[in-house]
Amino acid sequence: MTQTITKSGLSDLRSKDEIRAERRKGRTGVYLVAPGLLVLALFFALPVVVLLAMSLYVKPPGAEIGEFVPGFEIGNYATVLSAYWPELLRSFGFALIATVLALLIGFPMAYLVAVRLREKPLLQGILLVLLIAPFFSSFILRTQAWKQILADEGFIAQTLKFVAILPADGHLTATPFAVVAGLTYNFLPFMVLPIYANLGRLDTRLLEAAGDLYASPVNSFAKITLPMSAPGIFAGTLLTFIPAAGDYVNAALLGNNRNTTMIGQVIDSRFFKVIDYPGAAALSFILMLSILILVTIYIRRFGTKELM
Amino acid sequence: MNANLAPTLPATRTSGADLELRAVTKRFAEFVAVKELDLLVPSGTFFALLGPSGCGKSTTLRMIAGLEAPSEGSISIGGADVTSLPSHKRPVNTVFQSYALFPHMSVRENVAFGLKRKKDPEAMAKAQAGLDMVELAHLANRKPAQLSGGQQQRVALARALVNRPQVLLLDEPLGALDMKLRRQMQLELKTIQTEVGLTFIHVTHDQEEAMTMADVVAVMNEGRIEQMGPPRELYELPRTAFVANFLGKSNLMRGEVTGQRAGLLEVDVAGRSVLLPEERAVQASGQVVVGVRPEKITIDRSSSGAAHNELSGTVIDVSFTGTTTEYLVDVPGIGRIGTFSQNRGQQPAAVGDAVYLYWEADYSFGLAGDERMDAGVEQ
Amino acid sequence: MKLGRWFVPVVGGLAFVYLLVPIVYIFVFSFNDAGRTNLEWRGFTWDNWANPCGAPAVCESLANSLQVGIVATLIATALGTCIALGLVRYKFRFRKLTDVLIILPLATPEVVLGASLLAQFLNLGWELGYWTIVIAHTVFCMSFVIVTVRARVSSLDPRLEEAAADLYASPRLAFWKVTFPLLLPGIVAAALLSFAMSFDDFIITNFNSGNFQTFPKFIYVSATRGIPAQANVIGSAMFIIALLVVIIGQIISYRKKKQLEKI
Repeated sequence: MTQTITKSGLSDLRSKDEIRAERRKGRTGVYLVAPGLLVLALFFALPVVVLLAMSLYVKPPGAEIGEFVPGFEIGNYATVLSAYWPELLRSFGFALIATVLALLIGFPMAYLVAVRLREKPLLQGILLVLLIAPFFSSFILRTQAWKQILADEGFIAQTLKFVAILPADGHLTATPFAVVAGLTYNFLPFMVLPIYANLGRLDTRLLEAAGDLYASPVNSFAKITLPMSAPGIFAGTLLTFIPAAGDYVNAALLGNNRNTTMIGQVIDSRFFKVIDYPGAAALSFILMLSILILVTIYIRRFGTKELM
Repeated sequence: MNANLAPTLPATRTSGADLELRAVTKRFAEFVAVKELDLLVPSGTFFALLGPSGCGKSTTLRMIAGLEAPSEGSISIGGADVTSLPSHKRPVNTVFQSYALFPHMSVRENVAFGLKRKKDPEAMAKAQAGLDMVELAHLANRKPAQLSGGQQQRVALARALVNRPQVLLLDEPLGALDMKLRRQMQLELKTIQTEVGLTFIHVTHDQEEAMTMADVVAVMNEGRIEQMGPPRELYELPRTAFVANFLGKSNLMRGEVTGQRAGLLEVDVAGRSVLLPEERAVQASGQVVVGVRPEKITIDRSSSGAAHNELSGTVIDVSFTGTTTEYLVDVPGIGRIGTFSQNRGQQPAAVGDAVYLYWEADYSFGLAGDERMDAGVEQ
Repeated sequence: MKLGRWFVPVVGGLAFVYLLVPIVYIFVFSFNDAGRTNLEWRGFTWDNWANPCGAPAVCESLANSLQVGIVATLIATALGTCIALGLVRYKFRFRKLTDVLIILPLATPEVVLGASLLAQFLNLGWELGYWTIVIAHTVFCMSFVIVTVRARVSSLDPRLEEAAADLYASPRLAFWKVTFPLLLPGIVAAALLSFAMSFDDFIITNFNSGNFQTFPKFIYVSATRGIPAQANVIGSAMFIIALLVVIIGQIISYRKKKQLEKI
């Protein structure tokens, strides 16, 4: 049903807000919220604090590997930062490129499903499922599949070499290109779904109206479609960028050990291979903080309340 | 539709109950929505609460329904105090402005909802009969979203009516319909009310709707009832400038009472003498506001010769509306006076003409001298 | 105009192809007579499909993943739905703080979530395994559930509940007869999303699972030695099942709608 703004329609909206504004008081609310919040407090907030504490631990002289005592060694941060700033920057760089690519690929997908196929609910439904169903075929299996598809002896690499786009001694895998492509691929649904949700509400008559008012298709896209899908794009970019920046599966499977290492790999190996808990914790914290800062700037600049 | 109403209704005519509000006040955080409202609606009345948006009429309705608790005062239905009774225990049903049909239920399930809550063993059959009444039996299996606005409105009506509430509340139920459908539904509502004999409380901001449908109209403004009575009485004898302007149109003029004879007050309005029956005046001395309805005024190019109740001025606007022609006349010292004449013979005046306006003294009404002349004028 | 008309279907269509290429690859190679490593094509066989549990640990890890996914989803959906209802409908102090607590897990990369939980579990001296994974998955799924369901609750017309109350439904009945059925699609969607994310999660699991094997973890570990073709069978089968379930559901609701329109 489409909305037309009538006098009664407007007063309707107001009364709806008035009703909602009056939130109920009472114990029930506490009972509803308390268990979940307790879980979040115990297994999210507290762990972050523990992580912060752990990042300041010190290794006592003569200690064994993996043995640390509580301390306040801020120097841990300086150590890991000076050693791993290239990986940190690279992670953000890769994540940013992947986010932009996912937006460029994902927007037409979302537009196709949400707007173009609006009159064909069955096809629309099938494509929508195709967006979500890959989750069930395991993202590592798919990343591994890409590795094999792009392998040196594979069809794509051979063809590219044959037409001389790729030099004879070139590779597709074990390159930054492969890692970024993998990131783009894996987080694409997170970009498409929020944009789809937003475009689904787009009233196409607005585009007709814009056309009626002498806007070219490009113009009405820029002036109407894009601004109206902004909350979806906003959510999509965040949902792509944040996990991409911390990801290490793509870098591990599709990258090499020279110029594709991402911060996630470093954290993982500090934890499990080097057994440097304070270092890993400090890096995790740096990653979390830098993402929060970037996200906050982004929200301040482009933010809508939609996400909250 | 009206012709076949009777057979589908149950043989026993359930009658409504008296509704009484005593000194009801509703305060929201920063403002008072309803101020010490006293109201008695006798059983079986079609009662309209009329007022502009924000006047407190919807809040009053919500308090009767139990969706809002009064800050002070009490509400009783059929003699029983329901002030502290929650909504679901009150013998009251509402037709909501937005219809508020349950989108996940079929039309029939919507209508049967209240009956099922009351554990009525014949809920489904009664729901079907209710749908018959509003001529929607053939759409019983549809979802509300598949119906037109007018059909949804009827479902909402049937959903409330099948419960045979003692009081039926209608919250601007026709607001979203187009003009033609609105007129049709007004007639149907009125017929149904006459048939079932329930007490109807109808909230609206449409004065025409209130006057056509209701037995008693209460005009509400800023949380108070300004005036209450049968539509004709309210129209012919408004007691405040707000009622005079909100219910139809009025010409209001400021003046001073100069004399009194044979039950008539003589009022000096900008040097001219206007007579007004004393019993039609709110006050009998000092500054007053004299009013007269536009259709009571005769417009003429020559004077009637009477010494009273005649003004003269220049026509500044003429508009043709089909059955009538409306005139706006500028009267020096008084301002603009509106009137109209039936389109029968020739047109009495054109723009720029000097004309005389006169009316019978019995049509004048008098308001308090401190009234704002533009109160209740719709912007 | 011409360009615009073709641009969206062509680019969008190609993007869907791109999305499906690895899945087709996985599917094709599930029929590979692979032997040890499933890296190159060695010939067609039904054996892998006939005996999907043939390779060691494939089915065990799958069962583990399903179990973790279902339990974590149930807990996260129940707790998350309650929080969403409570936050929209009731007054609270510390609302801002609560909002931060809910949103922050979404803005935290998985490595950090995994690492901080691991730090917590190490600190508590808990043994890593099934329950630590369930807890970890519950935490990250819950934020998604809260955000999804909360949007649904706040877009719900409060007048519907008033109408229910007006029609003699007690607050409890109004909730179960009106509010809950209207929220249900949102809750189910949130639960499905939770399950998908839990089922497919590797990073957080890797930090908190100890020796407990999940399906993604099994594949990651096998990737260096060669993934058995049976894993492709499972991956393809899961994909197909998910696809069928939703498509059949779509067709049923589509038919229902068509039928209703006929009446």
